[in-house]
Amino acid sequence: MQELEAKCTQENPPACSAACPLHVDVRAFMAKAKTGDFQEALAVLQKKEPFPGIIGRICDHPCEATCKRCEVGTALAIADLERFCVQNFQVRPTKAKVIPKKSQKVAVVGGGLSGLTAALDLAKKGYVVTVFEAGAKLGGQLLGFPADVLPPEVLAAEFASLTGLGVEIRLNAEVENILSLPELLTQFDAIYLGTGAKSSATFGLDVTPQGRVAINPLTYITSNSAVFAGGSMRTGEFSPIYSASDGRRAAISIDRYLQGSSLTAARESEGTIPTKLFVNVTGLEPLPRVAIRDSNQGYTPEAASEEAARCLDCQCLECVKACEFMKHYEGYPKKYLRQIYNNESIVMGTRHANKMINSCSLCGLCGEICPQELNLGPTCQTTRQSMVERGNMPPSAHDFALRDMAFSNSEHFALARHQPGHATSKYLFFPGCQLSASSPEQVEKVYAYLRENLAGGVGLMLRCCGAPADWAGQQELFQTNMAEILTNWEAMDRPQVIVACSSCYRSFKPQFPAIVSLWELMDELELPLNVKNETNAVLAVHDACATRHEPQIQASVRNLLTKLGIHTTELLFSGELTKCCGYGGLQSFSNPEVAREAVSERIAEAPNDYVAYCAMCRDNFANQGKRTVHLLDLVFGQDIAESALRQGPGYSQRHEQRARLKNRFLQQVWGEQPAPLRGYQTINVKISVKLRQTLEERRILTEDIQQVIEHAEATGRKFINQENGHSLAYFKPASVTYWVEYRSEADRFTIYNAYSHRMEIVEDVKP
Amino acid sequence: MNNKEAGQNSTAWRCAQCSGPLEQGKVTVSYLGNDFPVQELKCPKCGLVLITEELALGKMAEVEQNLEDK
Repeated sequence: MQELEAKCTQENPPACSAACPLHVDVRAFMAKAKTGDFQEALAVLQKKEPFPGIIGRICDHPCEATCKRCEVGTALAIADLERFCVQNFQVRPTKAKVIPKKSQKVAVVGGGLSGLTAALDLAKKGYVVTVFEAGAKLGGQLLGFPADVLPPEVLAAEFASLTGLGVEIRLNAEVENILSLPELLTQFDAIYLGTGAKSSATFGLDVTPQGRVAINPLTYITSNSAVFAGGSMRTGEFSPIYSASDGRRAAISIDRYLQGSSLTAARESEGTIPTKLFVNVTGLEPLPRVAIRDSNQGYTPEAASEEAARCLDCQCLECVKACEFMKHYEGYPKKYLRQIYNNESIVMGTRHANKMINSCSLCGLCGEICPQELNLGPTCQTTRQSMVERGNMPPSAHDFALRDMAFSNSEHFALARHQPGHATSKYLFFPGCQLSASSPEQVEKVYAYLRENLAGGVGLMLRCCGAPADWAGQQELFQTNMAEILTNWEAMDRPQVIVACSSCYRSFKPQFPAIVSLWELMDELELPLNVKNETNAVLAVHDACATRHEPQIQASVRNLLTKLGIHTTELLFSGELTKCCGYGGLQSFSNPEVAREAVSERIAEAPNDYVAYCAMCRDNFANQGKRTVHLLDLVFGQDIAESALRQGPGYSQRHEQRARLKNRFLQQVWGEQPAPLRGYQTINVKISVKLRQTLEERRILTEDIQQVIEHAEATGRKFINQENGHSLAYFKPASVTYWVEYRSEADRFTIYNAYSHRMEIVEDVKP
Repeated sequence: MNNKEAGQNSTAWRCAQCSGPLEQGKVTVSYLGNDFPVQELKCPKCGLVLITEELALGKMAEVEQNLEDK
């Protein structure tokens, strides 16, 4: 899990903050400045800068050289904007946290920027701090700046904060002259040396070959364990931002030394650090730096905001930009991985991430887009398996889809036959449950076409491939289903499997290496004769997400379209970057809202009509108003205009169409009489179009309604409405209780309403 | 919700078997091993319970969701 989390770079700092040894939050600073809220922008600086009035005026800004804006324009004027803020707005004192005073004493030798930063940080932590400055004024190198750049009153105001914290300042106090280091150590518990680049004093400490005091670059410790040093005395030249950083980091060491904790542990994130944050600048408009009109005045507020608005607000979010599921939960993979991990760790309490885990379409697009190839899908899928195994999977998440699968594998639809007149099958056509539900007439035509064009017997297998079980994390069910398919396949003399659905292809590929998609096969065979597509429309090709890594299927689809005389265009996300239609991973069952968002986004990609080669993709797009044809509509010469508009069938209709398809096959291909309707199936119900829509949303099937009526009429257990004569009854065929309000008429039942709940009514039936 | 027109004024319902009016009474509902005693309309004679659409799609659905995530 940690390995996966590390692949997501979204939480890495932007280049500017990583380059800044104080890690100023430049993105937040720019966001405030952009809106003209310079007071708040200044507050962002104040969080990380020890003396913002000073650093804001003179920072040597290593950040700017790393700014990503360089790739599309010129670097942000970070230093100029900081200067604008500190020159025109007053730093508001923050409420100092009350930290109990400590008794330990620290001497800071040298009143320059590094020493004063160390003094400030240590005083804030409660230490008793004394600053020894050799000169008559505090400031060291800061005193060398011209007064118009760094006015003396600014220095005075910033240094006043030190005395405010109780720091004792001793001026004209050159340590070597008054006290030796050992003497100083008798009065103080730790010492920070920041005597500047020019100082030749070495205080009897170990030195480098160049004759400078030897200083550990990580901990700032010298050869004496109570003596720390930094600033330009370490680097040999004055850098305002690195001096402040040295003082701060040495103060951390001194605090750790005095508290007796490790000087070296967990210090990787200090100072200038590397960052892996991926920032895509493709397609961004290059913008030059907003010029300062009057160099004496600096930026005007308007120009400052304009300049800050050039900030790219560097983020990765590459996968999030392309995925509605990721967008919906307002996070990014690293955050989701942590939520999944936490969700899995909960023993007692609410698992808040269940729905999120069940909302991923498992389509794999994120893995294709991510510069580090992080694919969230496999984690979501294995987590679903673990939820199922441990009994933590919400029963309502996938129940309906799994019942649909059970229907397809029941006597209502399931079938496995050799071609009539054949004792063996060289091929096996597996149309899949959704094409059979959506376009049963096309399935009949394809089977006839295959029988005509292939020798050696083309068997037929109607049922579900098991993909819904796989997506739902029901591995046991998936394996049982696959075992049944394998048994049938063995019994049919191991035919080559031909699939029309990309999800079936993916479910079967590990079992049947010789599997072929209908599209690859048709690309090799002669197409049906007299196919005419009288259209000049340019169709945009939508690849099924299950073919993401099957370029040969995608190529065959395009070959077929060319042979059919169809002009096509490619979508922005196509081939291995294609997008899911919301059916994948059972997204539309677990989270219909996200699935709708995914479809909306996908169908808006191009104004063209789309051509799809998966029934669910076609239906989902058409149901949200996008004109989409199925490839088979083109092959078998349907009226394109009409088939592009056709709405996909509802859930009940899918069951009916599958059952009717099986019956028609039995009658027309094998000359057998189908089983007559039995029991509740014979109950004739009348449902208005409006109610039908409600039932779809509530996932209530016609057969559920029929069973309630059958039960109520047989037992008499129902309510009668005195005002309108309606009946109201309930029945619980399996895990869901269905309620139906209806009225009995001559030969049928008119349905007025239906609803369901999963809570069980514990019956208290009196005889 | 189309229950108004469809006549789901819960006082208008009578038990089909005994034709008597319904009364509020103690009913136990159960989900994922959790039992909840609630006051619902039921036939005082034969015990048949009426769960309204409002209850099923409102409070009940909410409790179901919460229990599923526990």
